[in-house]
Amino acid sequence: MLADSRIEGTAKAQAIVPTKGRSLWTDAVRRFSHNRAAMVSLIVLLAVIAFSLIGPFFAQWSVERIDWGVMGSVAEKGAPSIETGHYFGVDEVGRDLYSRTLQGMQVSLMVGIIGSAIAVLVGTVYGAVAGYFGGRLDSVMMRFVDIIYSIPYMFILILLLIMFGRSFIMLFVGIGLISWLGMARVVRGQTMTIKNREFVEAAVAIGQKPSAIIFKHIVPNLLGVVAVYATLLIPEMILLESFISFLGLGVQEPSTSLGALISQGASTMQYGTIWQLGFPLFFFIVILFTFFFIGDGLRDALDPKDR
Amino acid sequence: MILFILRRLAVAIPTLLVLIVASFILMKVAPGNPFAGEKTLPPTVMENIFARYGLDKPQWQQLLEYIYNVVFRFDFGPSFQYRDRTVNDIIAQGFPVTFTYGAWAFVIATVVGVTVGIIAAVRQNSWADYLSLGFSIGAQVVPNFVMAPILVLIFTLWLRWLPGGGWNGGHWSNVILPVIALSTSYFASIARLTRSSMLEVLSSNYIRTAKAKGMPSRDVIFRHALRPALLPVISYLGPVFVGMVTGSVVIDLYFSTGGIGQAFVNSALNRDYSTILGITILLGALTITANLVVDILYAWVDPKIKL
Repeated sequence: MLADSRIEGTAKAQAIVPTKGRSLWTDAVRRFSHNRAAMVSLIVLLAVIAFSLIGPFFAQWSVERIDWGVMGSVAEKGAPSIETGHYFGVDEVGRDLYSRTLQGMQVSLMVGIIGSAIAVLVGTVYGAVAGYFGGRLDSVMMRFVDIIYSIPYMFILILLLIMFGRSFIMLFVGIGLISWLGMARVVRGQTMTIKNREFVEAAVAIGQKPSAIIFKHIVPNLLGVVAVYATLLIPEMILLESFISFLGLGVQEPSTSLGALISQGASTMQYGTIWQLGFPLFFFIVILFTFFFIGDGLRDALDPKDR
Repeated sequence: MILFILRRLAVAIPTLLVLIVASFILMKVAPGNPFAGEKTLPPTVMENIFARYGLDKPQWQQLLEYIYNVVFRFDFGPSFQYRDRTVNDIIAQGFPVTFTYGAWAFVIATVVGVTVGIIAAVRQNSWADYLSLGFSIGAQVVPNFVMAPILVLIFTLWLRWLPGGGWNGGHWSNVILPVIALSTSYFASIARLTRSSMLEVLSSNYIRTAKAKGMPSRDVIFRHALRPALLPVISYLGPVFVGMVTGSVVIDLYFSTGGIGQAFVNSALNRDYSTILGITILLGALTITANLVVDILYAWVDPKIKL
């Protein structure tokens, strides 16, 4: 960080100054750790992630194996129990819901993180370039974003998935096509304020190339905003994937996601197998809740307005 | 004002054209063709089918004719799957249903959301504030496809008050659950948005002045504070509209209401390309129009925007 090293530099130069300067990031970490909702969410989320990774080692049934003993009488014999080894019960065809929920969590989390990562990579570069150069390039680039933004992307995504077959890759292509738009707008706005600051002027004055200025001076200063937005984007991506899976167009069997499990659970709940909806829904809501609170906490911690 | 509207139209019309062309190309490059059944038809039969649907002409001519028919005659052509129905028939059947519950959901989300937000802001830190805030955060992580099964579980399976599906010609008991499922998360977001912007406005200087001169607080809120506080809410109405259009797919699928979302998914699964295309374009046009209306409304309410 530029601001960081500058503050430290002055601190060293003036040996009389008793306290060491605090950087933006130490400040942010301190503020974040004082935010109880965000800290609790962070701990819960880490626990859930750890559970989704470690949990499979304790499963007594694999994801695909069908328990023939309960098949056909799932409502009576398939309820959650320690004895049968089906900790979360079984699904409507007799597969172990514990293993499937864990798998669904892994897939949903992965979709959220990858979708958000695409947004960070594409959106940051796109927004920084548009914001830095400004003028006609900026208006062309942002008009393009406006146009894509006002198309109901869900329908395009459904079209893509149906016409080119349902696959993981197509899902990521579809999510990647739209997830970066908001990020590009946010980054562009931030870049336009940063590019008028002295350190950018200094970089221009010593004759640095625009690409170096964007990547060495502007992008590092955007990280706060990008981090907040990326965190808030993860639950949105999870929601998006769940929506697609709910329609039956997302992740394909035998693989699954929380959205697909919720959809299956919802379609069978009138037969008295409420656990098929309950367990996936519980983890789904916990994951979304914690991400939203962490995002909010990060925003409070990094937002320059509060200082 | 007219100039402003014209400028917005200059964005909206190309957007619509891009949408039409993009979906059309998508349909053309998709692998497989809509008439490929289980048995292969003799080439002469295939040629006749192609000729009937105008698919034997060069691609560019098909595209131009399609655009001409859609834009000037509002004609989406024949359905590829149902021989005696046109896409217009299918849309005309589903649209009134979607419009009925969609309009209700939109009005309820906006009116109730704004009212709750104002009450929460005026009575900051009261039980009403905490209740609405807690509810809003809860509702935000429960998307409509989760809300729908929960509602059915409570009101249909446990309480047996309302039917869990069907349309029944728009009978009120069939409309209630779809409207609640569709509006809840938007109602919650609008309430939160109104609350925070209202709080910001209430702490500004001119409100203090108005209170200081002895104006009754009802007048302060409705005459001075409400209008600026509603600005962020208005700009959020565009995304709300898009969300409700998208959400109609879930509602139709879950409650079997027979709206346009159901038509979309059915035609998507049947590879009825002309119907998918028609619905995508229609909903895209609606979205673009809604965004345009929101922009104009925003400019009309906010005196700072130069017309």
